[in-house]
Amino acid sequence: MSRPEHLAPPQVFYNADEAKKYTNNSRIQNIQVEMTYRCLELLGLPPSEDDEDEPKPSFILDIGAGSGLSGEILTEEGHEWVGLDISGGMLEQALEREVEGDLLLSDIGQGIPYRAGSFDGAISVSVLQWLCNADASSHSPPQRLLRFFTDLFGVLTRGSKAVFQFYPESDEQVKFIMNFATKAGFGGGLVVDYPNSSKKKKFYLVLFAGSPPNAPKASQALPSALGVEGDKVAYEKTRERRKDRRGKVRKNIKDVDWILKKKELYRARGKEGVPRDSKYTARSRKPRF
Amino acid sequence: MVRLLTQNLLSCPSTHCTYPSNFPLSFQDVETIEIVEAEYKEEFLRGFLNRLEWAALRKSAAELGNTDLPEESPDLAQPQDVSEEILKTLHHVLLEIQVKDGAMVCPSCKHVFQIKEGIPNMLLADHELRK
Repeated sequence: MSRPEHLAPPQVFYNADEAKKYTNNSRIQNIQVEMTYRCLELLGLPPSEDDEDEPKPSFILDIGAGSGLSGEILTEEGHEWVGLDISGGMLEQALEREVEGDLLLSDIGQGIPYRAGSFDGAISVSVLQWLCNADASSHSPPQRLLRFFTDLFGVLTRGSKAVFQFYPESDEQVKFIMNFATKAGFGGGLVVDYPNSSKKKKFYLVLFAGSPPNAPKASQALPSALGVEGDKVAYEKTRERRKDRRGKVRKNIKDVDWILKKKELYRARGKEGVPRDSKYTARSRKPRF
Repeated sequence: MVRLLTQNLLSCPSTHCTYPSNFPLSFQDVETIEIVEAEYKEEFLRGFLNRLEWAALRKSAAELGNTDLPEESPDLAQPQDVSEEILKTLHHVLLEIQVKDGAMVCPSCKHVFQIKEGIPNMLLADHELRK
């Protein structure tokens, strides 16, 4: 399946029909919800003064808000938000869902139309890769990326963060994007959850817009990724030795005797090139064999 | 919907404009306004005060037919001292007035941002892009 951003510009790809299918797909809904929660976790908003367990109600920018799947969670968590998206079809879906945030039809590659220090944080779910393609002959992705990051740096309050979940095509693309974020003044880096699982691997770009006026250095450290040490992904466990129905671990069939018998069989059949038996026969090899 | 919460922070992104002459965007040809009740969040409002532009907010609210806000702004640098009465008025003005159909105009370059079904079109033409 080819990548959506290679097929058409986002406002063409996510036309009214596609937008409806996308929004009503329960699998997509679940993934988007999970990634939004993770973005919020990485955003690390300060705790509320009224209730330590809740985040401080903040004003958040949702970049590529689409049909409002992520926005609904922002509302649930007690925040006010503004959603930007270039696809009219997706914004229509958001209207139908009656989301509480303000929605703007805009192209983030043109910049962000807000005053300096407007937002306490920004999140973005599955959007950044769209900015890397030239959707019109007048587009220059490097120019658009730099304009976007420069404006974003300005509209965030000092010390706040922007968290982007996205699907990079390659390491080069990640470096390409981070280059512009750095030029715009951002600090931060990439957090890769479940790096060893091709299915569950997720990329989060966590950017810091300067440092807050009076905060300890520790708050500027990159949060740690999930699934790196010991955490096993649920379905990876099945790759361990299968247990038979009674719960006993099965012996591997291919032991020394079996191999020697098999080689005798081949020699008897007249097969050529059967290796000599030596002390190396049936010796266990390293997994990479 | 376009609430004053957002409109008080919007500025024209055109290359012909700079802050503060591109702020605030004035409302024009507003056909539909809805008053929608919203949950009062005190902590959020106190946290928001530091980025509020009082005079612009009063002006824009008046454009929409609301004159509840007093001319003199409270000390926005001391959000904890702002009275609950003012906060409740701010809550209504910022969060409960929603523009559904109309337009916003940049005071400097006069670019018209159409608002349809509560969504403003902030897209710029090629000649207005900042490079």
